[in-house]
Amino acid sequence: MDWLYQPWPWYVAGPLIGLMVPTMLFIGNRSFGISNNLRHLCAITQPPNVEVDFFRYNWKEHIWSLVFVIGTGLGGFLAGVVFANPEPVKLSIATQEMLLAWGFTQPGAYLVPDELFHTSVRNFTFLFASGVLVGFGTRYAGGCTSGHAITGLSTLQLPSLYAVLGIFAGGLFASWFLVPWMLS
Amino acid sequence: MKRYIPYLLVGMVFGFVLIKSEAASWYRIQEMFHFQSFHMFGIMFSAIITALISTQIIKRLGDRKAMDGQPIEIPDKPAGRVSYIAGGVVFGVGWGLIGLCPGPVFALAGTGSIGAIVVLAGALHGTWLYGALKRYLPH
Repeated sequence: MDWLYQPWPWYVAGPLIGLMVPTMLFIGNRSFGISNNLRHLCAITQPPNVEVDFFRYNWKEHIWSLVFVIGTGLGGFLAGVVFANPEPVKLSIATQEMLLAWGFTQPGAYLVPDELFHTSVRNFTFLFASGVLVGFGTRYAGGCTSGHAITGLSTLQLPSLYAVLGIFAGGLFASWFLVPWMLS
Repeated sequence: MKRYIPYLLVGMVFGFVLIKSEAASWYRIQEMFHFQSFHMFGIMFSAIITALISTQIIKRLGDRKAMDGQPIEIPDKPAGRVSYIAGGVVFGVGWGLIGLCPGPVFALAGTGSIGAIVVLAGALHGTWLYGALKRYLPH
């Protein structure tokens, strides 16, 4: 049962993620994508006296999608807590050197660095603000990595190619310039 | 309720894979954007190829019906360019900063990460902000 605890190589994980697309079609003719749930959660919680039309629709038709991400959280719990990998993330040498140069003391010790994720006002401000960009951007683009890069590209949709090019450009900018600047 | 069980199970597989593949790792995302390992690119390319082949097969099936009986259709994304590129860039900057896109946010929140829950709270506010500003934005 070692495989349950160990990290999975890309050639196992990638095809499994890819199979989400036909599986969701077979289950109920659904398009695989995650970020729509952020919209549904806003639709559920928006008070009746706030009238943003974008969130005024029957979210109950999308319960299946919310159930899916509840499952994602449970899967994360199983993989990250019950069957947690005791080893650090096996990063490439180049990445380890880059992280040490950025001032991290234990690169890859856990999935996310304590330096950015442990409880502090500074970290939570950073996480919240970046989360705002993720939420705003995914809705503006009409999808995220799952809906555009995987579902969109695999069904040969030009708009998804635009979105993926934008996503990668934004990610490169953040990773090459913003992250080092923030850590310096 | 019974009709939601398949979604719960498939969602669980998805969350399990995201953690086991370390796609929910901030480190792996920095590694990817610096082209220092094939790992994340391998995940993305093999996922796209698998989905491409399987959707092409589905398209060629004569009688394609979902489990609940409705016909399987793959809808086209609405035509456009500006919103896809601009939204993509904004999302990409956020992804590069926190190393978490929406799927991994939910998976990591499931591991009990308070940080992931803060990201989720931010993402909900960002989504609401888009809804409120939608008519002022170029699409």
